[in-house]
Amino acid sequence: MEKFNTLNSQAVLLPFEDVDTDQIIPARFLKSVSREGFDENLFRDWRYLEDGSPDPEFVLNQEANKGDVLVAGRNFGCGSSREHAAWALVDYGFKAVVSSFFADIFKNNALNNGLLPVQVTDDFLAQVFEILKKKPEAKLQIDLQNQEISLVGFSLTENFEINSYKKYCLQNGFDDIDFLLNKKNEIEAYEQSLA
Amino acid sequence: MSAKTLFDKIWDKHVVHSVEDGPQVLYIDRHFIHEVTSPQAFSGLKERGIPVFRPEQTIATADHNVPTENQHLPIKDALSRHQVETLIKNCEEFGVELYGLGHPYQGIVHVIGPELGITQPGMTIVCGDSHTSTHGAFGNIAFGIGTSEVEQVMATQCVLQKKPKTLKIQVDGKLNPGVVSKDIVLHIIAKLTAAGGTGHFIEFCGSTIESLSMEARMTICNMSIEMGARGGLIAPDETTFEYLKSKPFAPKGEKWNKKVEEWKALKSDPNAQFDLEYHFKAEDIEPMITYGTNPGMGIGITKDIPLPNGKTASGLEKSLKYMDLEGGKQLLGHHVDYVFIGSCTNSRIEDLRLVAELVKGKKKADHVHAMIVPGSRQVEKQARAEGLDKILEAAGFELRQPGCSACLGMNEDKVPKGKYCVSTSNRNFEGRQGQGARTLLASPLTAAAAALSGKISDVRELMKVEA
Ligand code: SF4
Repeated sequence: MEKFNTLNSQAVLLPFEDVDTDQIIPARFLKSVSREGFDENLFRDWRYLEDGSPDPEFVLNQEANKGDVLVAGRNFGCGSSREHAAWALVDYGFKAVVSSFFADIFKNNALNNGLLPVQVTDDFLAQVFEILKKKPEAKLQIDLQNQEISLVGFSLTENFEINSYKKYCLQNGFDDIDFLLNKKNEIEAYEQSLA
Repeated sequence: MSAKTLFDKIWDKHVVHSVEDGPQVLYIDRHFIHEVTSPQAFSGLKERGIPVFRPEQTIATADHNVPTENQHLPIKDALSRHQVETLIKNCEEFGVELYGLGHPYQGIVHVIGPELGITQPGMTIVCGDSHTSTHGAFGNIAFGIGTSEVEQVMATQCVLQKKPKTLKIQVDGKLNPGVVSKDIVLHIIAKLTAAGGTGHFIEFCGSTIESLSMEARMTICNMSIEMGARGGLIAPDETTFEYLKSKPFAPKGEKWNKKVEEWKALKSDPNAQFDLEYHFKAEDIEPMITYGTNPGMGIGITKDIPLPNGKTASGLEKSLKYMDLEGGKQLLGHHVDYVFIGSCTNSRIEDLRLVAELVKGKKKADHVHAMIVPGSRQVEKQARAEGLDKILEAAGFELRQPGCSACLGMNEDKVPKGKYCVSTSNRNFEGRQGQGARTLLASPLTAAAAALSGKISDVRELMKVEA
């Protein structure tokens, strides 16, 4: 997993609420047995027209909207537990998703893949949408160490929450399985206590 | 000791270790896996050169992408076939029991766990599928996980989780005729919204819930996730024990008696505090149907579709546009093209019986494609033994072989673009049943009624005619 420190990037705006995992990656593209190659089908049904050509109306197909941060409406990632949704976002190049609310399983899946979910207030989110709509070139800065997100050049800053364990994992590119494997003795002792 | 909820009791008993300002290491009693969310986890183990830590606590089946006809033939779709074959190989290599295609126990993972008695009260259960919440009907903690977590459980029989908050949903009173458990849960989600339970684990209780069969309880717990909750559980009682008693993997003899004694203690203490509580009255619930593109967008069948107003505008307008429906109008009488009865929400024998009883001696509307996909081989066998297949086929319903099928449209069972499908599944997301498909979630009764009349109908009208 890649280490995460500070991110300074333009953002891609998806101003819809309840963006579900079936939109992020439709089920018909879940047939792979590896973790790669999901980027092509990220937001598949919004991104392409019926004839397979890119829909110029959709944000990922617009030149002005490039960046490593996705900014989306409330309740992002609801629906299925498919980690393919997080893989597709990471594969495409996103390093963080900003929303005012994340579905639980998605949040875990994102963190397990080094994708930082930044939960902001509805107010902050609304202002980001408003400003970036007019000035897509403005940059968001996400500082994990200080747990701070700001819109560079505008006096718009907010702190976000992340537990210190997950923060440590992200900063060091460390994953949960390493942690759990180190706890094997305790796990076996637990099993024995039940017997 | 302070009063505890049932959820807290089970959770706390399974904590192996707590990370400071972080998650807890939660021990998992049963791990279900399937072909779609397991291959990358097995690859992870291979890369690390480690085995499945407790293979005897892991159970596999093939359900998500399997065809629902000619299951004895090789799967036509090359990618699906590869995924299923990968599962077979991985299970062999890692010593995991597989109830694959052709096995008498094969079926949708959340249908087979309970019907085999693998799912039991007091356990922790996970699966790489969000509707793992279904198993909670037996009074256990069951929740869906992502593939990285599947790998964690394979490697260590534990998962790192932050403890969710608790939410109590109490439903009291007697249900109206024509109203079944699917309507209860759609009613609750419509009230609390698709995100209303986020961060929480639900306990369903109250006289209405207690009066339900195990299968009906499973339908309710199944859809806990559709209000954003991690899962939902129901305290076990005599109904639970009665259901489990004869199941193949339930404890037997003296062991059974001991277990039942243990299970009887599985309830929330009388003064236990929940973080959040809601109460509902059974009398207020009508047969339900959804009009939008998340399960929270549901109404009583006789009600009007809400009108977009300033507040909800973006989501609702977008949904109605996708569904090609108009706010302020009724859904009753709206044209229907497909009816799908199946999925881990409503594909059990009681669901099939309910449908068969309603359609017996009648015929579906000519223009409607009506598909019934049993949840498991055992359900299919039982349906045939009871002669339900004959009744259903005579009414023009096609009884297929078990799998997830049109619930997520990973196999051939898809709803074409722009078509309306009344479905007993759990998600009406854009494109869920096929690209451009328009899904209206409802109970098996309401779905069957739509198939008979060819339009959205109030099943109570049909029942009245009979009475
Ligand atoms: S039937 Fe649908 S919801 Fe249930 S396990 Fe299968 S895909 Fe998931």
